Amino acid sequence: MSSTKPLRGIKLPWIKTFETLGTRWQRLPTSARWVGYLAMVLLALSLPSIPGLGDIMTPGSSWERVLFYPIGIYILLALGLNVVVGYAGLLDLGFVAFFAIGAYTMAILGTEFGMDFWLVLPIAIAVTMLAGLALGTPTLRLRGDYLAIVTLGFGEIIRVTATNLSFTGGPRGINKIPRPPSVEGVSWLTFSISNVKPYYYLVIFFIVLVIIGLKRLERSRVGRSWAAIREDEDAAELMGVPTLTFKLWAFTVGAAVGGTAGVLYASFQTAIRPTDFPFILSATVLAAVVLGGAGNIPGVILGAFLVGWVPEVSREFSQYRVLVFGAVLVALMIFRPQGLWPSRIRQAELKQGEGGIGQLGGEVGAVVAQAEDNR
Amino acid sequence: MSMPERLLRIDDVTMQFGGLTAVNALNLHVDEGEIFALIGPNGAGKTTVFNMITGVYTPTSGDIVFLGTRVNGLRPHKVTRQGIARTFQNIRLFDNMTVLDNVVVGTHAGHRSSVAGALFGLPRFRREERQGRERAMELLEFIEIADRGGDAARNLPYGDQRRLEIARALATDPKLLLLDEPAAGMNPSEKSDLMALIRRIRDTGVTVLLIEHDMGLVMGVSDRIAVIDFGQKIADGDPLEVRQNPDVIKAYLGEVSDAS
Repeated sequence: MSSTKPLRGIKLPWIKTFETLGTRWQRLPTSARWVGYLAMVLLALSLPSIPGLGDIMTPGSSWERVLFYPIGIYILLALGLNVVVGYAGLLDLGFVAFFAIGAYTMAILGTEFGMDFWLVLPIAIAVTMLAGLALGTPTLRLRGDYLAIVTLGFGEIIRVTATNLSFTGGPRGINKIPRPPSVEGVSWLTFSISNVKPYYYLVIFFIVLVIIGLKRLERSRVGRSWAAIREDEDAAELMGVPTLTFKLWAFTVGAAVGGTAGVLYASFQTAIRPTDFPFILSATVLAAVVLGGAGNIPGVILGAFLVGWVPEVSREFSQYRVLVFGAVLVALMIFRPQGLWPSRIRQAELKQGEGGIGQLGGEVGAVVAQAEDNR
Repeated sequence: MSMPERLLRIDDVTMQFGGLTAVNALNLHVDEGEIFALIGPNGAGKTTVFNMITGVYTPTSGDIVFLGTRVNGLRPHKVTRQGIARTFQNIRLFDNMTVLDNVVVGTHAGHRSSVAGALFGLPRFRREERQGRERAMELLEFIEIADRGGDAARNLPYGDQRRLEIARALATDPKLLLLDEPAAGMNPSEKSDLMALIRRIRDTGVTVLLIEHDMGLVMGVSDRIAVIDFGQKIADGDPLEVRQNPDVIKAYLGEVSDAS
């Protein structure tokens, strides 16, 4: 098989090891798995505090800062987009819109109404979900390329609208967005400009929450319906799956996660402008999903980590940084179209040449290249 | 009318695609408990009839009435929920999902729990998951591939894939099952197994409407047969009547010309 298509599905031995570990992992008793999960979370939490790690990972910039943004925020965004792209198989090129809506909700409610982070969060989630519904209801009847174009437009509309409205601060955006409330006297829960760790802990908290939620959805009627839609939408509809409803759910669940990331981002930056939400961010997050392995949570996290981290370490290439990054993406999509760590089911789809990420990868590659041209 | 309501009634249904009339003023009915076959030459409009019954197409005119309710114009998943399920001429399984999950998707047609239920593990969600899984296992046993529940559907042999499609359709708990050329590509022994399976399905109380080209299977299993040609019904009756109908012979063998 592989001899006929030497370029496709290049073998990554270390991923094979991961997959074997993954299989063993599934066979462990639940209690052992929970211990494992706990260890992983603790490891993640300790990342900014390991002495010397920052010098290796991000010599030119603050490791804590990079861990929160872009890496942490990208992971959250990629997990959200993964619902749409990885689970339901819908190509969304305007995911940044939900990130922006979450951020602006935090900014406006925080500055105009003095509302607290934890109060804004559920409101922002509700607002982004409504936005997902508003975008999805008319457009989810479209398929493939048409849906991609409409979502692309939506991302632009949100940014251009934010630039032109007065209550979003126009092109200058909104300043003095409140930080999340600190706990008096506890330094690791004191949010300030110089203390980034609490933000990182907060983003880990949300990532864990989102993963638990997504895992539950995956193993339910919702997840199976998404998978069925991805495999054969017409057959799914005829087997009683209300496809439009579940595609809308994919949009709204993804939007809710994207909105959460936006709230966090706004309360970290304390100032946001429309230019913080460019199309290239949608493309980058999509690249993270596809590069990591759409549909597989560990793969998506790996992808988001790389997409967030690689540009930071390649700062020494200065203006060629993005070029290098783009070349790496293109190379990966040629040699490893299924992503670095794909879900088994997606790997199979790709082999079969159906609804695959190969096609998605091509589209993303083209889009990223074009966006870079326009810079 | 005091007559008992038919299970399925196709009343004067016409389907046009642009200038092409695929089905022309068709009248049919299927009664509960029957095995009813729809036959005809290629391109006669049989699959179009299935597509209209299941909501894929909305008829240009006429009505499709299932258990007294008009179903034309309903979205396909609603039709399925009314109790009509189908298989496809070209197998359309969810290839990369497991055999069991394919069938579980079918059982979800009768389920109501959604995102909130799954996120918070609500009681109804847990009950539906358990029942769905149990029902799916039963159906895999019914079609005798229970031992392959964990495999990807595409890894099943061809005949098993055909039967898995039937199991998936049955999982939606239909009153009427539409089989679109279920014997296509099967060898004689698989065909006779299929015939037995169709009878067993009918014995569980599910009415069967099938499209089939294999005359041995059609004549052997059907209670009634309708023949359509060029979108019009040319005969309707029990296998013996249909076999002897001159119009049917003509449609299948061509016009016997006087000049011969």
